[in-house]
Parts: sequence; structure tokens; C-alpha cells
Amino acid sequence: MKLSESWLREWVHPSASAAEIAHKLNLAGLEAEAEPLASDPPKGVVVAKIISAVPHPQAERLRVCEVNVGAAQTLSIVCGAANARAGILVPAALPGARLPGGKEIGHANLRGVDSAGMLCSASELGLAEKSDGLLELDLDAKPGMPIEQHLGLDDQLLNLELTPNRGDCLSIAGLARELAAIYDLQQTAPVMRPAVVSGYEQVDVLVDDSAGCPHYCGRVITKINPKARTPDWMRERLRRSGIRAIHPVVDITNYVMLELGQPLHAFDRASLRGAIHVRRAKAGEKLTLLNEQIAELTPQDLLIADASGPLVLAGVMGGTSSGVTPATTSIFLESACFDPATIAGAGRRHKLLSDSRYRNERGVDPGLQRKALDRATTLIEDLCGGDAGPITEVGRAPTYAATIRLRLSQVARLLGHEIAAREIPKLLSRLRIETQSESADTWLARIPTYRYDLRIEADLVEEIGRLYGYERIPARAYAAQLPLNPVRETQRSANAAKDALAARGYQEVVTYSFVDPRLQSQLDPEQPGLMLDNPIAETMAVMRTSLWSGLISTWQYNRQRQVPRAKLFELGACFAPDGAGSRESVRLGGLVAGSALPEQWGEKSRAADFYDAKADVAALLPPSSEPFVFAAATHPALHPGQSARILRGETPIGWLGALHPRLTQTLDLGSAPLLFELDWASLREARLPSPEPIAEQPSSRRDLALAVAEDVSVDRVLAAIREAAGPLLRSVSVFDVYRGAGLTPGHKSVAMGLIFQDRSRTLSLDDIDAAVGEIAANVSTKLGASVRSR
Amino acid sequence: MNVDLDQLRDEALAQIAAVAEASAIEQLRVDLLGKKGRVTELLKQLGAMPADQRKAFGERVNRVKESLAQALESRASAINDAELDRRLKAETLDVTLPGRGEGVGGLHPVTRTLRRIESIFNSMGFETVEGPEIEDDWHNFQALNIPESHPARAMQDTFYLLNAARLLRTHTSPVQIRTMQARKPPIRIICPGRVYRVDFDRTHSPMFHQVEGLYVAENVGLADLKHDLQKFLSLFFERDAEAMFRPSYFPFVEPGADVHMKWGDRWLELLGCGVIHPNVLNAVGIDPERYSGYAFGMGAERLAMLRYGVDDLRLFFNNDLRFLEQFR
Repeated sequence: MKLSESWLREWVHPSASAAEIAHKLNLAGLEAEAEPLASDPPKGVVVAKIISAVPHPQAERLRVCEVNVGAAQTLSIVCGAANARAGILVPAALPGARLPGGKEIGHANLRGVDSAGMLCSASELGLAEKSDGLLELDLDAKPGMPIEQHLGLDDQLLNLELTPNRGDCLSIAGLARELAAIYDLQQTAPVMRPAVVSGYEQVDVLVDDSAGCPHYCGRVITKINPKARTPDWMRERLRRSGIRAIHPVVDITNYVMLELGQPLHAFDRASLRGAIHVRRAKAGEKLTLLNEQIAELTPQDLLIADASGPLVLAGVMGGTSSGVTPATTSIFLESACFDPATIAGAGRRHKLLSDSRYRNERGVDPGLQRKALDRATTLIEDLCGGDAGPITEVGRAPTYAATIRLRLSQVARLLGHEIAAREIPKLLSRLRIETQSESADTWLARIPTYRYDLRIEADLVEEIGRLYGYERIPARAYAAQLPLNPVRETQRSANAAKDALAARGYQEVVTYSFVDPRLQSQLDPEQPGLMLDNPIAETMAVMRTSLWSGLISTWQYNRQRQVPRAKLFELGACFAPDGAGSRESVRLGGLVAGSALPEQWGEKSRAADFYDAKADVAALLPPSSEPFVFAAATHPALHPGQSARILRGETPIGWLGALHPRLTQTLDLGSAPLLFELDWASLREARLPSPEPIAEQPSSRRDLALAVAEDVSVDRVLAAIREAAGPLLRSVSVFDVYRGAGLTPGHKSVAMGLIFQDRSRTLSLDDIDAAVGEIAANVSTKLGASVRSR
Repeated sequence: MNVDLDQLRDEALAQIAAVAEASAIEQLRVDLLGKKGRVTELLKQLGAMPADQRKAFGERVNRVKESLAQALESRASAINDAELDRRLKAETLDVTLPGRGEGVGGLHPVTRTLRRIESIFNSMGFETVEGPEIEDDWHNFQALNIPESHPARAMQDTFYLLNAARLLRTHTSPVQIRTMQARKPPIRIICPGRVYRVDFDRTHSPMFHQVEGLYVAENVGLADLKHDLQKFLSLFFERDAEAMFRPSYFPFVEPGADVHMKWGDRWLELLGCGVIHPNVLNAVGIDPERYSGYAFGMGAERLAMLRYGVDDLRLFFNNDLRFLEQFR
């Protein structure tokens, strides 16, 4: 909200600049910024009265205007505006003038006629984004007066971004009150005389729902002059707050809203049928609003209605049928206080934004209705004439918003700083909060009606802290009461896993938790996802069920930017429906694409494959009493012959594999990236180390090459070897897998180094020969394997 | 005999000096000093000599033997040195060629920042606690003193799940609620994590990371909050941070404040905080008359942008490797 500084100064006048005032407001918790009204004001523009306007002899659309600019001689100015006519007053840029944007005005000759300057529109003076025709000024404006003086352009704006609890400051009066408290000043509010009640007509008002509308005031004003014009000073004040003048009655309601903070609504009296009825809507009722939107009303909506039906969505927006028009001569003026929650609900339900909603949903002073109605009435009487009837009032204004008990001990406790007891009533009185001592350190505080945000003791503590100044509360070095936090040695940290991957060449990425539903269904077709009701884009509409969509998108993005290889990982939550609710699991996922190693001179380049990624996954597996297993299995997104389900004991914890060739082609990825994803919770638990004594006996190595059928996995070979060898076999490593000459087709040779060792004695050759014999027999029986060399 | 001995020695020394290879030296040693070597043979003649000459001749032969042994040894070592020199020369590498193998990866700047924030708060006695990202209305709003109709809900537009009364958390405060429900004071925690709001431009992302903090104990007030946050900012930015606490409004705290930090000649709003509203303590079953506490919340990306001089929030989530790799 923007408010004029000069207007504010009629109400309170701190000896400080607008910028200083804004700073003080900030310190008191009201975000404010001072900005110049016009960064580039017009120069050399004066008020001019058009004496005569005659058609240009050579140009059909131009007129030659004789204008009085306060000098003895009139000037002749050629003008193309349609509204240029005798009798009106307009701004004239005289030769030598400079308009916003740098346009210089001089003498000109327009198709044979001399023009001593230019008559101006609002937009040419920088007063509007766009405008139609000349800016018409007050008929009693003084010709020759500089336009900046006539319009009071030497002003600044206070731009306020108020937190939702401070609806009481959304007006000149409210802001002035706050400044008076901050600066500890007396206010100089303008005197408001009561309206003259010269009419008698009244409209009955029925309020069904006093919770939704605790206070309603209204009055009829008849015999309004429909030709009245809103004066320039009011137009300017409205403009400075971003409100366009449209109709004197509407302008006055807006003006009073800015001045006092009370939204008002004017009905065309002639359109009303019977009594005004404040009630909730009935199902099926509809209302055509001022913005032409047709609102389908719900029983939660509060209405202003009459015998003919809904007229206004209360406190939010008026309807088209009952508003004032240029022909209106008689009005019913409403000034009411509504329940903020009701207004907020209706505004959200119907997606309506208005100044009225903005104020009503924050709350309007319940003590303000009569005063605002009278203020608007006076202004209408002054500017449009009319006979005002008596006020019809339903409900009553409360005297106080609340009475709160305040303990000095709570001030010290919540601020962490002692403020002297005698200071408390002084500080509160600046906010016009009355205090009554109950004891030396307890008060009853009575809150004025406009501070309905103050409800509990803590609220008062904040007010005291705010006026005292947060900056004056010293920081207190703690004697913190510290809980002792558990430190679990067997729980691996996310940091450790991330560091391990980074050390292996992986770059961490952070991708959105909502992904493209199409990509997700390609990668994870069997898992339904959680859709968002209000996604920010179609491609960010479903909660991810896997990290792969984000990793693949990231690889696509970088591949398109000439990145030849990538190793990426992400640690984050994935989401799935779970009955009516949802399930979240944190996963650690990775992608490997391109060559196994960065391009280099010392290693032959080759594409990264399953086993490269497997080594990285294996490096993440914690020491565990349950073995981790990579079991061949198929996954819809992965190459059926190059994918493994990873298990911890019997429990599946993740997947590793190459992206399915079909998807690789569809997603235009060139060659298939390797992907892995592991359940983080299943990876975290490690076993506590419990080392065995080191065996001092020498160990013996025996190499063994076995020929087995292709479909026999190395895991099975190793299992059969271990089973047969018993405890003497300390470790086995596979050092070659060979296919080709010398082998039966469909067979492979697996060469292994076996290390034998016994804890109690040195093994003899016979011992080892016997063990290898057992092994050979077992692999032959179990797997049909034959020993090629030993 | 005298002439023979000297001649033998001179000839042998000349031979030794002429040798160029280690193997030839060994051969020469055998020829001269071996069991059947020429010098050894001379010693064998001793027995046949008259006793009066024997001693003097023996001494002379031994002297020759020693000097030849010495010559052989120094020649051998000279040859070894030369050979080693040759080998070292042949084995010389271009040390400027890069090393072999995988390069290093890196962490995302947000992770880097979160870690830094966490490690500072951990050192100040805060435990890190995490919680779900899909939340219900009660934990995300109502328990935090934000009733359904409260205008504060208009401040942060929320992502809702389709056909479900669930939402993506708009802050990590629900983790504070869950923790306060489960534990008894004193509670001193931080809650880092992803949060979601319907907003998308240079400085707003529909997803970002927050770190919220909470301290509930006896007699906790604004003065403690000021101390802890001032300390945090100084530690985070590694300088004496000039912080300003301005009154502000969040439904879950009272008194509430925004913290602004001097950044060049401007004041930047960095985080929101305040003394926990009694309604929040009541909602989680903590007696506000016995305990009080403070809470704060900050955006990790905001701190990262300031710290690293990044001006577009979206860079963090584009995951362009040319950007990310600069944080190694």
C-alpha cells in the first residue's frame, strides 16, 4: 500500500524526513520504504484555461485553442485531443518546458498554424500509464499556476508492506497513530465535523449472522448531483495510492477507506428492493460481480442481499446490479465490520482480490463504522450535495478490543531483559492502551478497538519490546540448558556417503521433488505417484517415486550442453501413496554416463559399464552381519540382462543396472547410462567393528581355473568353493574370466586365487591339495564345472 | 723376482683401469686374486723360498694384493655409479603429465551450505532432526497457530496433493512440532530440509531448503535468541556480523522479529524468528507458564547466494555441471 507523505503530515508531523520515518517504521516492525512521487517531474507546465477551440484550417483532427495561462496575452496552441473544448482547464507545456522522459517543448508550426507549446494528457505528465485526451483540471484552478503546485507534486510516497496482523495501519489515520506512538508525539488529526442530517429516508437492515457481521451501519443519501466532479486534490491522493478516480461517490468511499481504514460500499438506492439483509448464501445462489465474474455462492459466503436476492459478496466485491452509475442520484451507503475469517474464506474460494477484501480479511476496527460513515457523508454533502438520512445501525461498537493481565515477570522472561515497572504504563499509553495497576508489578491493560491483534500477554510484551526498541535489548550469552544428544556410532551419516561418492568422482545434484509424470511413468510404470492439485507446471506435477527421473533429466540437460560424461548422485526423499496417505523414503541414487574415466593419456578409453557402477555401489555398503547380494532381476527401466536387485540379507534395498535400450533411444541419450538407487535407511546401519586376533601362521596361495557353463554365476561358483573348502579358505579373488579358444562353446573359464590359512598350524602341501580336491569335486557335482588348471 | 712383482702390479692396475663393465671386473678379480689367480700363485711360491727372504717377499706380495683389491673395488664402484646414472637417466619421466584414474566429484552448493549451518549449530548444542516432507494441515498450520482462515496462509501459497488432505510442507516447522510432542524440555534442535511454496522467479523457487531452529527450556527469551543468532551469523560469514532485529509477525511467535544483516551499505533481511507463541506450546502439550522458547528459520539458498555471490536462485536447481563444478 502506498500513502502520500504530505497527506500523512496533516495527521502527524514528526520532524524527520520521509526516509527517516520509513526507517523508524521498519525498526518498529512495519516494513516501509520512502519513494519519490515522480522521479522525473514535468518542468514548465502550467494550468491553462481554454478560451476557445476552433478547427484547424488544414487538418480535420486538429484544433487551434486560445488559452489563458494567467498572462495578459492569451496563447494559441494547436491540439489534437478529442476533449479539447472551450471552458475547461488543462495543463499546458509552454515553450521551454520539459516533460518526463526528456521531451522538450518549443514553438512549433503545425500545418501552417503557430503553436506556443502543447496541451497535455495525464500520461504525458507522467501521472498515468496511459490516458485518453487532455487532463481536465478543477474548474476553479488558477490559470498560470505551475502544475506541480496545483497538483501538489512535491510529495513522497510511503510504500508499506505490512504483516497481516497490522491491518490497523492500513490507513492514514492508523499510520499516523502508530507514528505518534513511535515518536511519542501528539496527533494533529484534522477536525471532522458531523454530517448534516437533512433527509429522513431509511432502509431497514436485518443481520442474520451477527458473528459474520458484528456491526453494520448504513444511511440513505438522496438528491445527489450526478454531474459533480471529484476535485483534483482528492484525485491526486487516490492516484498516489494507486486508485483511479471513476465516480465522485465511489471516489469518496475509496478516499475514506484510505483515510480511516474503513471499506465502504455505496448502493444505488433505486436498485434496492425492500430491506438490506446480511445473511449467508443459499446453495445454488449466484451473483454477477463488478469484475463480470459470476460467483457460484456457497453457504459459507456472507452476503448483502435484498428482497431480489444477493447484491454484494460481503466485504469482498459488489455486484453489477446494485452499484452506483453516472445516473445515480440517491444512494444507500454501507459501513460495516465483518468477521475476517469469513472474508478470507470467501476471497480465497472465489479467487477475488480487492482493496476491500485486503482490509476486511485483516480486520477492520469494530469501533470505526459510524465515524467513517459520517466522514463519507460529509464529503458527499460537500462535493455532491444531497440530503443524508439518519443512520440505521445493527450491533454495537465495543469499547475495548480486550482486557489483558500483564505481569512484569513475563516481560522480563520473554524479552530476557528487565524493563522498569514504571516504564510499562508509559510505553503502553503511547499506544493508547490504558493500564490499571493490580499490584506493583501487575496491570490490567485495556486495548483500543483497532488493536484487535493484541489478545494475550505475549502480544503486550512484544508491543513493549517494540516501543522500547529491540536494539536496546542486549544479547545474553547463554547458560543454555543442554539436552545430551545421542551419538550413534553404527549409524552412518549422509555426509560420509556423499563424501565417499564425491571422492569417487561423483557430482552431487539437487533436483525437484516433483517431476514430469510422463517421464516417471516411463521409468517406473508400475508405481502410482502422488499428483499435485496445483502444480507450477505440467512437467512438475507428480511427486517423484524414484530419483532416476531427476538424474536422467539432469544428464539430458548437460549432454545437450556438450558435457561428454557425468557421474551424478542425489540423496533425497521419494514419495508414494499409502492407502489414503503417503509414504516417504529417502534414497541415494546415482547415474554414470560416458567413459569409465575422464579422457586421459595413460588409460585406454572405454565406456563405463555395469561393473564400474557396481564398484561404486559396493563402496557405499556398510560392514554388516547380513551379506549384501546383487541378484539378477528385471526392472522395467533397466536392461533385462544388465540389472541387479540389491538385497541386504533377504531384504531388497535397491537396484543397479543399465538403462533399457528402448528408453535410451526414446530419451535420446546416445548410449545407456548406468543407474543405481538404494534405500538410505537400509544403508545407514553398520555393525560395530569387533576385530579378531591376527593369525601369525603363514598363508598359502593356490590358483584355480574352472570351466563352467555361461549361465552359472560367479556367485554360485564361489559359494560352492567356500562350502567345500571349509574354514581353511580365508579368501578368494577372481582374477580372470576367459571365453574363447580351448573351451566348450557356451562355457567360460573363471580363474581365482585362493588363500588358505589355519590359525593353529602351518598348512602342509597335503592339506591344501586335499582342500582343492574337495573343491574340485564339489564344483563338479554342484555346477558341472571342470578344473582347467590348478 | 722384484721386477716380476712390480711388473705384475703395474700390468694389473692398467688392466683394471681399462675395464668398463661390472662383469669384467669380477673376471679380473678371479684372474688376479682368485684361488688360482696370478697373485695367489706368487704366494704359493713362498713355501719354496729361503726363510730369510720369505718374510720380506710375503709382505711385498701382500701389499700388491691389497693395492690391487683396492683398485678393483674402486673401479667396480665407479662402474656401478656410471651404470646407475645411465639407468636413472633412462627412467626419467615427464612429471608434468597428469596422473591416472578417476577425478574428484563434488557436493552441491546447497549441501555445502547446509553442512556449514548444521556444523555451527551442532557446535552450539543443537541436535539435527529431520521429518516428512508431505504433511497434514495440523502439523504445518494449525499447531503453529495458523488457523484455516488466517491471512498468514495467503503469505505462502501451498502445494496440495490431488484428492488428499495433504500438502507439501511450506516450512520445516512441522518437524519442530513433532519433536516437541515427542520430547520434554530442554529441547535444542535444528531442522534442515526441503520445503515447497508456489512461487517461481529469480529469487523464488517452488522448492528450496530451510533450516529452522528451536530452543525450549526455562526462561528463554528474546535476549538469548539475539545472542545465538548473532553468534551464528558471525560464525557463518566469518566476520563480525552486524545484525539488526526488527519486530515482525509470524503467527507462531510472539514477540516476533526479522533479522537483518549489514551487507555493504544495505541491510538485508536474512531470517525470521521470535519467542514461541504460547498457543504453539499448548498445542504440543508444553506448559507455557513453566517453559518458554525461541524459534527461527532461514533459507539455505539465500545464505548460499550471499556467501558465494550467486544472483539467480534457479541456478541451484538447473544442475548445470559448469555451475556445480565450481563448488569443488
